Amino acid sequence: MENLQHNETITQPKKVIEVNQLVKRFGHFTAVDHLSFEVEKGEIFGFLGANGAGKTTAMRMLCGLSKPTEGKGKVAGFDIEHQSEQVKKNIGYMSQKFSLYNDLKVWENIRLFAGIYGMNDNDIKEKTALLLEQLHFEKERNVLVKSLPLGMKQKLAFSVAIFHTPEVVFLDEPTGGVDPTTRRQFWELIYEAAEKGITVFVTTHYMDEAEYCNRVSIMVDGRIEALDSPHNLKTAFEAQNMDEVFQQLARKATRKAD
Amino acid sequence: MIKYLIEKEFKQISRNPFLPRLIMFYPLVVLLIFPWAATYEIRNINLCVVDNDHTTYSQQLTEKTVSSGYFKLTAFEPTYQQAMQQIASKRANVILEIPPHFERDLINRQSANVLIASNAVNGTVGGLSSEYMADIVTDFSSQIRHEWVQAGKEPPAVPTIDVVSQNRFNPFLNYKLFMIPAMMALVLTIMTGFLPALNIVSEKEAGTMEQINVTPVPKFTFIFSKLLSYWLIGFFVISVSFLIAWIVYGFVPVGHLSTMYAYAGIYILTVSGMGLVISNYSDTMQQALFVIFFFMIVLILLSGLFTPVNSMPEWAQWIAAFNPLKYFIQVMRSIYMKGSGFVDLIPQFFALVGFAVFFNLWAVISYRKSN
Amino acid sequence: MKQFLTFVKKEFHHIFRDHRTMLILIGMPIVEIILFGFAITTEVKDSKVAILDPSHDVATRHIIDEINANKYFNVVGYVHNSHDIQRVFKKGEASMVVVFEDRFYETLLHTGKAQIQVIADATDPNTATTITYYVNRIISNYQQTLMEKNKAPYQITPNIKLLFNPEMKGAYNFVPGVLGMILMLICAMMTSIAIVREKETGTMEILLVSPIKPIMIILAKMVPYFVISCFNLATVLLLSVYVLGVPVAGSLTGLILVSLLFIVVSLSLGLLVSTLTNTQLAAMLVSGMVFLLPVILLSGMIFPIENMPMWMQRLSDIIPAKWYIQAVKALMIEGLGIMNILKEVGILSLMTLVFTGISLKKFNVRLD
Repeated sequence: MENLQHNETITQPKKVIEVNQLVKRFGHFTAVDHLSFEVEKGEIFGFLGANGAGKTTAMRMLCGLSKPTEGKGKVAGFDIEHQSEQVKKNIGYMSQKFSLYNDLKVWENIRLFAGIYGMNDNDIKEKTALLLEQLHFEKERNVLVKSLPLGMKQKLAFSVAIFHTPEVVFLDEPTGGVDPTTRRQFWELIYEAAEKGITVFVTTHYMDEAEYCNRVSIMVDGRIEALDSPHNLKTAFEAQNMDEVFQQLARKATRKAD
Repeated sequence: MIKYLIEKEFKQISRNPFLPRLIMFYPLVVLLIFPWAATYEIRNINLCVVDNDHTTYSQQLTEKTVSSGYFKLTAFEPTYQQAMQQIASKRANVILEIPPHFERDLINRQSANVLIASNAVNGTVGGLSSEYMADIVTDFSSQIRHEWVQAGKEPPAVPTIDVVSQNRFNPFLNYKLFMIPAMMALVLTIMTGFLPALNIVSEKEAGTMEQINVTPVPKFTFIFSKLLSYWLIGFFVISVSFLIAWIVYGFVPVGHLSTMYAYAGIYILTVSGMGLVISNYSDTMQQALFVIFFFMIVLILLSGLFTPVNSMPEWAQWIAAFNPLKYFIQVMRSIYMKGSGFVDLIPQFFALVGFAVFFNLWAVISYRKSN
Repeated sequence: MKQFLTFVKKEFHHIFRDHRTMLILIGMPIVEIILFGFAITTEVKDSKVAILDPSHDVATRHIIDEINANKYFNVVGYVHNSHDIQRVFKKGEASMVVVFEDRFYETLLHTGKAQIQVIADATDPNTATTITYYVNRIISNYQQTLMEKNKAPYQITPNIKLLFNPEMKGAYNFVPGVLGMILMLICAMMTSIAIVREKETGTMEILLVSPIKPIMIILAKMVPYFVISCFNLATVLLLSVYVLGVPVAGSLTGLILVSLLFIVVSLSLGLLVSTLTNTQLAAMLVSGMVFLLPVILLSGMIFPIENMPMWMQRLSDIIPAKWYIQAVKALMIEGLGIMNILKEVGILSLMTLVFTGISLKKFNVRLD
């Protein structure tokens, strides 16, 4: 796997995520098996794999939700094992299970999470107005999140996750279950965030989405089997599209999806 | 940061379709209804008399039992067996059997017997009703004696000890006065115990817990924001309870209201902390509910709320020593009825503070942001 | 039928997977029986008594010794003035103070009359009444010994007979109560939560579009709790007979039949709650908080219903546990036959019909 670690870019940009031989075991089951990779600032990094390949477990370790069994990892310059609270100050997270407060209004959710990251009332007010305008959510300001359509919820969840301009934002299957138009709009938001210098770490099922990433890693049975730009991967695997690349790799899997 | 979290808790509670109503009406309903039920005040015990004597004395005795106010004569039966039928069919709870020659024996032999049989399936009620009946009979015999002495037929032969009894703090033996302060403690326990127990685990089920866990919210802050909302709910509940006690029952505490609030403040922290601990260890709301339910029942039964702690066997008293509710009920009753002050309740103070610190530390420690 | 069994299996699997809940479902009855059987007693024992005795003579010492030797009392110390009395009461250090007058024995001998004041902390009226009665008896016994030669004239001796429960064991009253409480809580609470949970997570919709009939889905959810309740019924009965020594004096068959009926009533009540609530939280709080106290207080398990005011007694009529507990008392303790509980059986059956009727109506409305 060592040979997969080379970087395309020649300049020395800041490494936002550095992972070295990361392992997570649950009893005898090794969910994540000696994972190593790096992600640079401003990159959109696609984290692909079949169900049960260990994507979510790996991501949870990077976010400080789960302690690694072995290995080292740094996110935004902080150790994920010993400085997880520092890590948390510098990341945003959006889980596959939609997780804003359903019983709070749109502006109240924004206010809560902004407040948690230490913004003051005035900043929150200003930025909330700006955000609602950008998302064209002005009318929904006072709507309970519960009653928003799924696409809107997800856009909102993403915006809340990057409201405090973190170094990295982790997105766990952010576009699950939404229509293609909304997915496109969602990716526009991701590009905007990346332009602002926010690194995006995203897991997805949709192979067309993989094409939008700067670099893509494909996990099979807890290991990274391929890591490169979509273009290079397609060339290397002599494939028409990312889906074919993925199918070739996924066939090797011995672990069954849960 | 904490400000935003507290705001959130309150908005969530107020938006819940069910909780605000529950917080409003639960203390009301409990305090309006249950003090009438939780009573050993025994009145109108159904009495069946078997009078085998049919004399002036036997009739006088029967009249005396009825006029005491404790008994209601529901049947006369010719035999004890037939009276037992009355007991079986629940038409009577106590039988008074006056034997043949009752009057003759009393006058000639100066002594006579009566039989009191009471349904003791509920031992306390059976015991108390037969004690009341025995009292009436003893009273009746002194009355007879007195009549004979008055008539000058018998000299006052023996030294007598005059027993004057006094019921302090509750001279009219009002059971409601005894139960209401404890009911307040109970309502407070249920409200501020159940709600926190279901709270964190409901965030786990909703997935918002994970969202919070990836933020830099310190554990203590998060737990504190939850505690504070239950603290305020608790104060609301207890204030409503005080008002009901005053408006509906006319009871005002003999001691200081401020002392009660102070103890309530510590106590709410204890119970909410306990609820949060359970919530932290539970995976589903159903599980949390069952665990808190189990503990609640044990806490309530071993608290002295319904039955005196002194009467329990030693091992049960040891368990009760670790029961915060026991201390809080003692505090509530002492302040409300006897006017005890802080100085009188120092042991309870230290016990409650100890529990509060213990459970809340445990709640903070057992809340894990990562695994 | 095969589909139905598959569903039942799924529900069992669901319950057994959660070890903690399972442990409580099985353990709660045992713990409660032990607590109620051994720890909780309404009998008054070991009441703390303080003495104010300025005389310190033969008579007072004799009476104090008698009080201390009595199992109802425990002399904890002496106080010296009325200020002390108030203090020990406020601190809860004594529940009764016995006050002798100065030069008690001397007065008694010379004037033929002496006074003892018995001051009870009457915050708990039941305890106060009982201990005052006991102290009175101790004193009058002493008086009897004083006038041994000269027996009091016109004495009527009341012979007391406590029917069904001569030792006044609390367990006789509690066992039927615990049975009622446990069966009610497990059946009503668990079923309502189980059904509402499916509603809340949306899986109910999936089940409802499946070819299986809705009523079968509901029944499948009830079967496991029915089985667990039967198991608990057996545990409680065995424990109370063999550990607590509470006999089944009447018909065992009748007892089992009426218990099964009560389990059905509780299950239908659970179903009713589940149709009336939409969130797990609401279902839990309704069944947990709203059922808990009425079942303890209005069912006659601790406090006798006959003492309650009329409106309260009428209110208790709508509590199913009251009728069940009444029937169990008749069969288990009073040794009566099935014929004596026909009324209770009738009422419980009627309640089942009403609860199921309303729930099915509500359920069907939802489907339209």
